[in-house]
Amino acid sequence: MTDSTRDEPDVQRADPRMLILDTSIKVLFPSILVLAVYFLFAGHNRPGGGFVGGLMVGAALALRYVSGGAEAVRTTFRLPAHVLLGTGLFIAAATAFVPLLFGESILEHGDIEFDLPVFHHVKVTSALPFDVGVAIVVIGLILMAFAAFGDERSDQPGAEDDGSDNQRAKLWVRR
Amino acid sequence: MNALIPLPVIVPLLGAALCVVAARARMVQRVISLAALTSNVVVSIILFIRVDDDGMAVTQAGGWKAPLGITLAVDRLAAVMLVVSSLMLLWVLVYAIGQGAEESRFAAFNPVYLVLAAGVSASFITGDLFNLFVAFEMMLVASYVLLTLGGRPGQVRSGMSYVVISLIASTFFITALALIYAATGTVNMAELAERTPELSSGVRTGFSLLLIAVFGVKAGLFPLFFWLPDSYPTAPGAITAVFAGLLTKVGVYAIIRSQTLLFPPDAQQGTLLLVVAGLTMVVGVLGAIAQDDLRRMLSFHIVSHIGYMIFGLALFTLAGIAGAVFYVVHHIVVKTALFLVVGLVEWHAGSDRLSRVGGIVRSAPMIAVLFAFPALSIAGLPPFSGFVGKFALVGAGIESSEWVIVAVSLLVSLLTIYVMVRIWSNVFWGEAEDAQVEARMESEAGRVPWVMSAATSVVVAMSLLLMVFAGPLYSFAERTAADLLKPEQYVETVLRGGS
Repeated sequence: MTDSTRDEPDVQRADPRMLILDTSIKVLFPSILVLAVYFLFAGHNRPGGGFVGGLMVGAALALRYVSGGAEAVRTTFRLPAHVLLGTGLFIAAATAFVPLLFGESILEHGDIEFDLPVFHHVKVTSALPFDVGVAIVVIGLILMAFAAFGDERSDQPGAEDDGSDNQRAKLWVRR
Repeated sequence: MNALIPLPVIVPLLGAALCVVAARARMVQRVISLAALTSNVVVSIILFIRVDDDGMAVTQAGGWKAPLGITLAVDRLAAVMLVVSSLMLLWVLVYAIGQGAEESRFAAFNPVYLVLAAGVSASFITGDLFNLFVAFEMMLVASYVLLTLGGRPGQVRSGMSYVVISLIASTFFITALALIYAATGTVNMAELAERTPELSSGVRTGFSLLLIAVFGVKAGLFPLFFWLPDSYPTAPGAITAVFAGLLTKVGVYAIIRSQTLLFPPDAQQGTLLLVVAGLTMVVGVLGAIAQDDLRRMLSFHIVSHIGYMIFGLALFTLAGIAGAVFYVVHHIVVKTALFLVVGLVEWHAGSDRLSRVGGIVRSAPMIAVLFAFPALSIAGLPPFSGFVGKFALVGAGIESSEWVIVAVSLLVSLLTIYVMVRIWSNVFWGEAEDAQVEARMESEAGRVPWVMSAATSVVVAMSLLLMVFAGPLYSFAERTAADLLKPEQYVETVLRGGS
C-alpha cells in the first residue's frame, strides 16, 4: 500500500477539489485502516472479523473516491484488484484445506497464546488467516466495483482502448 | 479416506482463486481448471469405489461432532452423483475450450465455472440442510454469471427471470429452514430424520411439501418449470449442456434425499409426486413438440424426463427408487451429450432452427452419428441405457399397480421418439432450406474444431458405456435404493460413527 499523504494523485477533475475534505481524508484514511486491522484481529471473540475489516477498508476507499475520483482509488494499491481478490480467496480456501494435510478434519483449527510487550496477552487462532483472506476478498471486490462503475470518463469516446488499469479492470465486466 | 470427502469442494475453490489471480493468462487458467476438475474425477471415483465396498463415509468439518459441526457425508447416491457430475463438468470444459467462444473471451469463465463445480459437489456431499442451501447458492450465483456471460439482450432478459425465480425459491428455502429449525432445533439431516417423527403429522406434511416446492423449482417440476425452457437456451453453448445435464438433477437429488431421509413414510408425498410426475412428463414433451429450435426443444424435453425420475421416487419401493437413480445417472450423461451435439450442429450450420437446417447426414456424417446414439438412448429404444431405465421404471410401476402413470410414461416415451424423429428428419435428412446455412455447411467455417468433436465423442462414448455396464449399474442402483429406504443406517453412521 502506498502512503496516502505523498502519492495523492494529480487528477484533473471538472469540479474543484474540496480542501476540507481532502485534508481530513489524509487523517481519516490511515485511522480507518488501523480500525479495520483492529476489527480484523478482534473478530475471533468480539464483534468484528474479516468481512467487517474488509468493509472498513472499503469505506476508507470510498472516502478517497469522494475526494479524488476513481483514479485515487486505483492508485491506493499496487496490486491489480483481481490479484487481491484471487489471493484472498486462495488464503481463505487454503485455511480450510491445510488441516487435511495434517490428518485433521477440514476447517479444523488450533490456537496459540503468548505475551507481547505492548499488546500483553495475545491469542492467535488458525481462523485468523481465514479472516485475513476474507478481508482481502472484500477489498479486492470493492476495488473492482470502483474501477468498473466508478469512472465516468471511460464512457466518452476515445477512452475505450487506453490500456489503463481501469480498462483492464473492466475486462471482468464488459469484454 | 475420509480426508478425501471435502476435496471435490475445496479443490475447485482453490482452483477458482488461482484462476482469478491468473486472469490475464488464459492458458494458465485452462491448465488450473482442467487440473482441478481432473482431480475431482479421480477423487470421486476413489470415493465411489470405497463407499460401494465399505459403506458410507462421513467427516465432520472442524472436528465438531455431528449435530453441532457441519456433516459431510458420502453415501452411494452421493458418490454416484459425484462421479457423473465431475466427469460431465470436465468434458464440457474441454468442449468449451475447443469452442473458443465465451471461454476465451471472458476472464471470468474459468473461475466461475469452478465455483459452479464446487457448488454442485457441495450439494451432493453435505449432510446438513443449511449447507445444502449454501451449496445451492454457490451453484446459483455461478450460474447467474455463466448464463448472462456475453450480455446479449435476450440473455439478460431471460437471465432476469432466472435470477428472480431462483431468488424466490431460495427465499422459500431459507424460510423453510427457519421453520424446520424452529420446530426441531436442528438442521443436521441425520438428526432431523430422528426428530421429524416427533412432529405432528400436519407440520411434517407441511415441511415435506415446502421442500418439494423449493427443490421442484430447481428441478423443473410441473408447474414450476416455466423458467427453464426460457432461460437455458440463451446461455452460451457449452454452459447450456452443463445446466441441462446437471443443475436440474441437483434439484432431483435434493428431492430424493429429503423425501427418503427426512420424512417418515406418512409424510412422503407419494400420490402428489405421482400426479406431478405425470403432468411434468406430458407437459414437457408436448412443449418440446411445439418448438422450432433445437435448444428450446431439448430444454422442454429435460422437463419431461424429470417426470420419469420423480415417478420412480414417488413409488417409494425398492424397484422404483432404483429405477429413478439409474435414470438420473443415464439422463445426466445422455442429455449433456445431446446438448453438446446441438452445439456442434450450431457450429456446423450456423443455426439450430429445424426449419432452416437440413442434410447434415451428408455434409457432416460424424455429427449425425454422435446425435443418433444419445437420441436413440433418450427415446428409450433397446438396447440403449434409456431403455433399461424406462423398463425398470415401468416394471416398478406395474409392480405397484400404478396403471395410470405407467400408461402416461409409455405414451410420453412414444412422443419422445416422435420428437427425436422430428429432429432427425429435419436436421439430418432433407435439404438445408436456407441459403446462408447451406453456404456455411459447405464452407471451411462450418468445419467443427476437433476438440469439440472429441469432447462430444467422449461423452457419447460414456453414454454407450452406460449401456454396456447397465447390469452392474442397475444392481448398484438397487443397493442405493436399499440404502435410501433404510435411512436408519445413514443416521447411525452420521451421528454415532457407524452401527
